[in-house]
Amino acid sequence: MAIDVIAPGLLTTIQDLGRPGYFHLGIPIGGAMDRMALQAANLLVGNAEDAAGLEAVFMGPELRFDADAVVAVTGAEMPILLDGVEQPGWTALPVKAGQTLSFGYLKTGARAYIAVAGGIDTPPHLGSRATYAIGALGGVEGRAIAAGDSLPVGQAGVTRPGATVAPGLRRPLGSPTELRILPGLYWHRITEDAQKGFFADEWKVAPEADRMGYRFRGGKPLKFVEREQPFGAGSDPSNIVDGCYPYGSVQVPGGTEPIVLHRDAVSGGGYFMIGTVISADMDLIGQLQPHMPVKFVEVDMDQALAARKAVGGMMDQIRQALA
Amino acid sequence: MKTRYSFGGDEHIFVEVDEEMSLDAFFKALSITNAVRDKAIAGVTEICPANASFQIKFDPDVIHPNDMLAELKALESAAEGAPKRMTTRIIKIPVFYQDPWTHETLMRFRERHQDPEGTDLDYAARINGFDSAEAFITAHHANPWFVSMVGFVSGLPFLYQLVDRARQLQVPKYLRPRTDTPKLTVGYGGCFSCIYSVRGAGGYQMFGITPMPIYDPTQTVSYLRDFMVLFKPGDIVKWDPIGREAHDQIAADIEAGKWEPTMAEVDFDLAAFNADIDGTNAKLMEALNGH
Repeated sequence: MAIDVIAPGLLTTIQDLGRPGYFHLGIPIGGAMDRMALQAANLLVGNAEDAAGLEAVFMGPELRFDADAVVAVTGAEMPILLDGVEQPGWTALPVKAGQTLSFGYLKTGARAYIAVAGGIDTPPHLGSRATYAIGALGGVEGRAIAAGDSLPVGQAGVTRPGATVAPGLRRPLGSPTELRILPGLYWHRITEDAQKGFFADEWKVAPEADRMGYRFRGGKPLKFVEREQPFGAGSDPSNIVDGCYPYGSVQVPGGTEPIVLHRDAVSGGGYFMIGTVISADMDLIGQLQPHMPVKFVEVDMDQALAARKAVGGMMDQIRQALA
Repeated sequence: MKTRYSFGGDEHIFVEVDEEMSLDAFFKALSITNAVRDKAIAGVTEICPANASFQIKFDPDVIHPNDMLAELKALESAAEGAPKRMTTRIIKIPVFYQDPWTHETLMRFRERHQDPEGTDLDYAARINGFDSAEAFITAHHANPWFVSMVGFVSGLPFLYQLVDRARQLQVPKYLRPRTDTPKLTVGYGGCFSCIYSVRGAGGYQMFGITPMPIYDPTQTVSYLRDFMVLFKPGDIVKWDPIGREAHDQIAADIEAGKWEPTMAEVDFDLAAFNADIDGTNAKLMEALNGH
C-alpha cells in the first residue's frame, strides 16, 4: 500500500531511530527528535519501535491512504482528523482505503509523530530511512515529503485498533521547561559568576530552532576567563581548536546565545561548549516551540543516570501496556 | 600536551589531547581512537577523532561512564609510545581561487565580516603579512596539507598545512556565521583549511572553489561509488590552482564520468617530517607527480 501526500505540512520528514556509526564523518545519527513519541506510535500500530514514521513540525500534513491501514499519532497535540472527524491521539486508529488524515492547529508541543502499521518503506540509506536533509540522505530522495509524493508502506504486523497509551505515560511539558545539564567540556572557560548566571537566568527558545539545534536567548552574555588563545583556535575567546561536539552539547558562540545541538547535529566545530543536556531530556527539546521559556538545571552524573533510568522505566511501562 | 577528559552528558566522553593544534596531538588522538576501535569495547557506538582531541559516544546502560573513562585512560597510557606514522595517500585537489560564486556569497554577507570593505582573501593576505591576495594564494597551495579531522557536516575535511609554526597561515572565523556557503567552497578558519562538502551555513573565510565533489549520497560520481565520503583522517592534499576554463572542463568531465582524481600511496612519518619538513614535502610531491 501507499500513502499519497496531498499537502506536506510545514516540514514533514520521514524519521526512524537514526543511523549511528557515521558521526566521525560528519553524518549525524538523525531520527526522531522525540524518540519516545515515535517509539510509542510504532508500538501502537504493531511495528518495531525503530520503524520509520513521519515527524511533522508545527503543522500536520494531509495524507490519503490507498488501502485499509492502522495509524497512530503521538507527540505534539494537534486535532487529528479522519475525513474531517476528530480522533484521539496516542491511540491506534483504523483507516479505510480512500480516507484522508489531516490536522488542526497546533495546541501544545512542536512535533507530531505519525506511525502506520507496516512502517514507511522508503529505501534505507546507511542503515536508516531517517531524513538528513543537509546531507540529502534518507527520506524521499534525501528531502522532506512534498505534495504528490507516494510513500510506500511495508507489511503490517498484528494490529489492535483502539489500543491507547494512558495519559499518565505521556511525558508532560512544564512551563518553564526544565532542561537538565551536566556542566563540563569547556565549562572552565567562563567565570564563576557567568556559571551561576547561566543557571539562574530564564532563557527563551529563539526562532532559529531546528533538527540541527535549538538556539536560546534572554540570559546574560557569558564572561570568559582571560587567556591567550591557543594556536589554531582563532582569536575570539569562544573559539577552540575545532573539535567534536556531543549530541546535546551547549555551545555559546561569542558567549551570547547558547545553542543545544540535537539529532541532526554538526559533528564538530570551533566553538567552546559549557556542558551537555542529559540524554533523558533530549526528547523534551524536540517539543519546544519558539519563544517558550526554558530553565537550565545543573545536575551531576548520578542524577543524569537516575533520570535516564526513570525515562527508560516510563518507556518500559508503555511497552508492557501495549504488549 | 596535557590530556583532559570530560563527560559530554551521560553518553559521551570528550578528550582534549592538547589545547593547541599540533600533529603530535593529532597522532596521539588517532592512536587512542584506533585502540578503542581495536578493543571493541561493548557499549561504544561512535569513535570520532578530531584535530587535537577526540570523542567517544557510548551507551551508559551497557557501560557505566566511570568504567568507560577508566578504559580510555588505560588506552591513553598504552598509546603514549605508539609510532606516529601511517601509510596513507596524497590527493591533488584542483582549486579555482577567487571564483565568481564564493565572491558573490562573500559580498552578500559583508556585514558579518571583520573587513566589510574588502574580500576574504584581501583580508587574509593583509593580516598574514602578504602584499597581495596572489602572494597569499601561493602560500596557501605551496605545500601539502594534512586531513586532521573529518566532520562538521557530511565528509567535510579540516586540513592542516604541512609547514612549521612560523609559516602557518591563521585567520579568524566570520564575526557571525553566514547562513549560506556554496557547495565545494575552499574555506579557512583558525589554522585550518576546509572544503564545504554541501551548501549551507559556515563561518570560515572563503578563498575559492573546487569542481571536485567530495561527498555524493547518490554514489554516482565515479570515485565515490564505493563510499559516499572521499576523505579520512590522515589523507594528504595538494591544492592545484586552476582557472575558470579548467574548472568548467573538470566539472563537465566528472559529470560525464571520465575524470579521476590524481592520487598516490605514501608513507608519512611524523618524526621524519619534523626533522626535515621541506625534504618530506618534496618526497610527497614526487610520489604525487610520479604517478
